[in-house]
Amino acid sequence: MTNDTNHRPADAGRRDAMKCMAWAGAGVLWTIGGGVASSVLATAADAATRKAGSLDFVQISDTHIGFDKAANPDTLGTMREAIGKIKAMPVKPSFIIHTGDLTHLSKPDEFDTVAQMMKDLNVPVFYTPGEHDTLDEGNGKLFLQHFGKGSWGTGWRSFDVSGVHFIGLVNVVNLNPDGQGHLGPEQIAWLAKDVAHLPSSTPIVVYAHMPLFDAYVPWGWGTIDAQQALMPLRRFGSVTVLNGHIHQVITKTEGNISFHTTRSTAYPQAAAGTPGASPGPLKVPADQLRHVLGVRDITRLHGRGALALVDETLA
Amino acid sequence: MLTLTPVRPVLAIAVLAVLSAAASLSPDPRGAAAEAATPGKATVKIANFDFGPATITVPAGTSVTWTNNDDDAHSVVADSKAFRSAPLDTGESYSFTFATPGTYAYHCGLHPQMHGKVVVTR
Repeated sequence: MTNDTNHRPADAGRRDAMKCMAWAGAGVLWTIGGGVASSVLATAADAATRKAGSLDFVQISDTHIGFDKAANPDTLGTMREAIGKIKAMPVKPSFIIHTGDLTHLSKPDEFDTVAQMMKDLNVPVFYTPGEHDTLDEGNGKLFLQHFGKGSWGTGWRSFDVSGVHFIGLVNVVNLNPDGQGHLGPEQIAWLAKDVAHLPSSTPIVVYAHMPLFDAYVPWGWGTIDAQQALMPLRRFGSVTVLNGHIHQVITKTEGNISFHTTRSTAYPQAAAGTPGASPGPLKVPADQLRHVLGVRDITRLHGRGALALVDETLA
Repeated sequence: MLTLTPVRPVLAIAVLAVLSAAASLSPDPRGAAAEAATPGKATVKIANFDFGPATITVPAGTSVTWTNNDDDAHSVVADSKAFRSAPLDTGESYSFTFATPGTYAYHCGLHPQMHGKVVVTR
């Protein structure tokens, strides 16, 4: 029933405010409005509202093109299935956000393949790199050559769609021995300036590869300077943060900010802190694989001022 | 981070001479131990998101080879940036020769929670 796998007792109070339910048998619907996340009973009327939503986009993540080991020897095939899933959605998304680890080894042909496959969707795609996309000699130059148009620094950017302000951050370049993702002072200063002029009623969507909250620090599932970076966003009524990296759905709310990691299209990873496990590719029985891979559809519901997140698996 | 103590050449040669004499003269009944003590070479295994052993101590001039046994890619990056491997896919290796005594802390460039250390003696 619940997909909140962030089982730390300290968060129980906050988590209690959030309930979720299976939506249309395909995913889980969350609404986030006014800083409070709550579930919505999905009815036919809701589906109609959703159709008329003023904004609809998709998050895809961790496609890991180039990976071919036991956990999934055919990452190209499962990415193709994910794209098929997006094409079959009842409402065509107006754009796609790829939250990183496009490739497995940052090779030129891997980047080319991803670009080629995403073209098939015929909508704009905004990419932010994962640590697997910055392994070239130039620490991510190859990624920027392919997907960095219109971005700043190591690839961060912002844009506005239908009254929602989107901010793409990069927390994977030159990772330090401190063991987590990091944004760095230049990017943090840029972010503060980027939102300074916005009214607090503006809905904000932030996306980055590594979690911008402590998903599980012993496995590096966090960003060391995220709290500092998110400070200028505390005054906004609704902030939704979309992350990848951990190949599973974890949701957490902190005041006005809700954090959501998403599934990979390539392979699953163990639940945070599973005894004896490591944060590497997890092999599951072949008939289970498509149940743990997927994409996320995000809609801004008309008249509700809320974002609805639907996590759909490939199965 | 690095201890850059100047090496007195005479002493260094003497120590090396003693080391190589020990390696060639004492027949070691434990074959594996004899192999591990091959002068000039040492290995670190990357498995299950760990560097093993996490700390190794080698004499200056030793070439250390890291081999990735995981299904995920890893890399070897000195905290001081003194060395940095390319990404190592499954089964791939990277070697670096430590010419200067000191303590070299390193981490994985993809998974920075993975740490290791090479202690280089004279």
